[in-house]
Amino acid sequence: MSAVVAPAGPDAAAELPPPVKRTPRKHVTRFILPVFTIGMIVYLAFPVFVMILYSFNIVVNRQVAEFTCCTLNSWRNILAVPELNDALVTSIKVAIPAAAAATVLGTFLGLVLGRYSFRGRGATNFVIFLAIAVPEIVLGSSLLSMFVQLNNNRPAGISVALGLPTILFSHIAFSIAFVAITVRARVQGLDMTMENAAQDLFASPRVAFFKVTFPLILPGILAGFLLAFVLSLDDFVITNFVNGTTNTFPTWVFGASRLGIPPQVNVWGTVLFTIGLLTAGMQVLKARRSEVGF
Amino acid sequence: MAKTASDTAGLIPEGMELPPARQGERALARRRRLAAYLMLSPGGLYLVIGFLIPLVIIVILSLSSGGGLFSSGGKTTFTWEWSNYSQALTENWKIYLRSIAYAAIATTLCISLAYPMAYWIAFYGGRWKATLFMMILVPFFVSFVIRTVQWNFILGTNGLLFGPLKNLGVIPQDFHVLRTPVAVIAGITYNYMPFAALPLYVALERIDRRLVEAAKDLYATKQTSFRKVVLPLSVPGIFAAVILTFVPATGDYVNSTILGGPGTTMIGQIIQDYFLVRHLYPVAAAMSVILMLGMLVLALAYARALGTEDSTLAAGAAA
Repeated sequence: MSAVVAPAGPDAAAELPPPVKRTPRKHVTRFILPVFTIGMIVYLAFPVFVMILYSFNIVVNRQVAEFTCCTLNSWRNILAVPELNDALVTSIKVAIPAAAAATVLGTFLGLVLGRYSFRGRGATNFVIFLAIAVPEIVLGSSLLSMFVQLNNNRPAGISVALGLPTILFSHIAFSIAFVAITVRARVQGLDMTMENAAQDLFASPRVAFFKVTFPLILPGILAGFLLAFVLSLDDFVITNFVNGTTNTFPTWVFGASRLGIPPQVNVWGTVLFTIGLLTAGMQVLKARRSEVGF
Repeated sequence: MAKTASDTAGLIPEGMELPPARQGERALARRRRLAAYLMLSPGGLYLVIGFLIPLVIIVILSLSSGGGLFSSGGKTTFTWEWSNYSQALTENWKIYLRSIAYAAIATTLCISLAYPMAYWIAFYGGRWKATLFMMILVPFFVSFVIRTVQWNFILGTNGLLFGPLKNLGVIPQDFHVLRTPVAVIAGITYNYMPFAALPLYVALERIDRRLVEAAKDLYATKQTSFRKVVLPLSVPGIFAAVILTFVPATGDYVNSTILGGPGTTMIGQIIQDYFLVRHLYPVAAAMSVILMLGMLVLALAYARALGTEDSTLAAGAAA
C-alpha cells in the first residue's frame, strides 16, 4: 500500500544518500569475518583444549564424559598402562624407518618428475595422484588382500606374518607419494639457471648438483620426511587392516575407545601435541631467520 | 608446464661457444634420460608392488569365490564371480547411500565454513596471514582418533557441552546427540575441515590482487568484484576442496564407529567388518572396489579439470 503512495516523512529521508556512509561490505570484512574466523579457530582447537583439560580429570579407571577437577595422577602415572606403552613404542618403531625409506624413494621420484621429461612421466604423475586420491580404506583393504593372497598361495615359499613388517611395508607405500609431491614442488620452484650458472663457472654436473641444487631442495626433503613421519604416526585406517594383533598408538586408542580410554591417552596426546607444536614453531622460526638472512 | 633440464637446450643461442662442462649437451640429454629412469626405478617399483599390485589383487579377489579365515589358509579361486557385486550392493545399498549423504552434507558444511575463513585470512590477514593459517592447522597435530574421542567427551550425555546446559534446565534430561547422525556428520565435518580449508586458502591466496583493484577501478562494488572476480577464480580451490573432503569422508569409519550408533553405520564399517571380523574376502573386496570406482570417477573428473600435477599439489597441500 504505502509503496504505491508517494513516500513521506522518514521514508523520504532514508532515500537521500547519506553524505559519508560505510558500505555494508566494510562491516563484513572489518567485523563479521574476523569474528567468524576467530570463532572457527576456537572451534577447531576446542577438542585439543578438551584433551589437555581431561588429562587432569579425576577418574577411577576409564575416562568419562563428566569432568571432575583436578588431579596430576594421570601425569604421574603416565606409564601405568603397559599395552599403551607397547603401542607407542610400535608406532615409533614403524614411523622412523617408514619415513626414512619413503623419503629416500620419494625424493628420487620427486627429483625425476621435477627435473626431467621422459616417456612415462605423465603416467608416473598419474599413479602418484591416484596413490593420494584413493580412499585409505580401499588402499588398506587392498594391501590386506595382497598379504592374504600371498599367505594363501605362497609363491616361491614366501609368506608374511601380519604385524610390524606388514605395517612398515604399508606405511612406506602410502608415504612415498606424499614425499614425492613435496620434493617435486620444491624442484619445480627452483631456478634451473642457477645450476646452469654453476656449470658455466666450470662446475661438473655432479658438483653443480651437490653444491647448488641439492642444498636448495633439502628443505623440501626434510618437509617430506616430517610429513611421512607424521602420516605414519597418525595412520589408523590402513594400519587397522594390516596390523594383525600388533597395535600402534592410534589403533590401540581406537580399540580402547569402545570401553572408555584410560586418562593416560590424553596425557600422551598432550605430550605428542606439544612436541609437534615445538617442531612446527622451530620450523617457522628457522624459515623466518633464513628469510632475513637471504 | 614444468621447466625441465632438457628445455634448457633450447635456450642456448645457435653457434654460441659453451664452456667445456656444458659441451655436448645434446649427447648429455640421452644420459640424462637414462639417469631419469635409473632414479625413477626404486620408488616406481615400490609404488607398483605396494600400490598398483594390491589394487589389481583386490579386483581379482572381488571376482573370486571361496575364501575363509586368514589363518586356516582358505583359498579363493578366480571364477568371474559377479554375484559378489550383486550381493555387496543388495545387502548394502542403503549404507552406500547413507555414506554418500553424510559425506555430502559434511563436505557442504566444511566448504561453507572454511571458505569465509580462508577468504578473510588470504585477503585481510595482512602480516598475520601465516600465523592465522598455522592456527587452523595446529589442532590437527593431535592424532585423528584422539581428536574424535574428544568429541565423545564434548557431546557426551553429561559432557562438557550438554552437562551444564542440562543442569541449568535449558535442554531436557533425555536430550542426546551422541549415537545420532548429527554426531557423525559433526565429527566428519570437524575432522576433514583442513582438507577443505587448505586448497581454498591456496586458491584464494594465489589470486592476483590487481584483478580485484581493476574491478574496483571499473566501479564494481565489493560484492560485485567478489562475485565476478574472486569467486570464479577460486573455483579450482572449491573443486579441490570438494574432492579432498568428499572422497575420504565417504570411506570414513572412525567417526561413525566412535560417535555413531547402530543407525549410523557407514560403508567403511561394513567393509572393515567383512574383512577383519567375518573374513568374507571376496564380497568385502567387491564392496571396496565399488567404493574405489565411485571415487575414481570423481578423482578423474578432478584430474581432468586441473591436470594431475596441479591436483596433486593441492592434495599435497591438504596433507
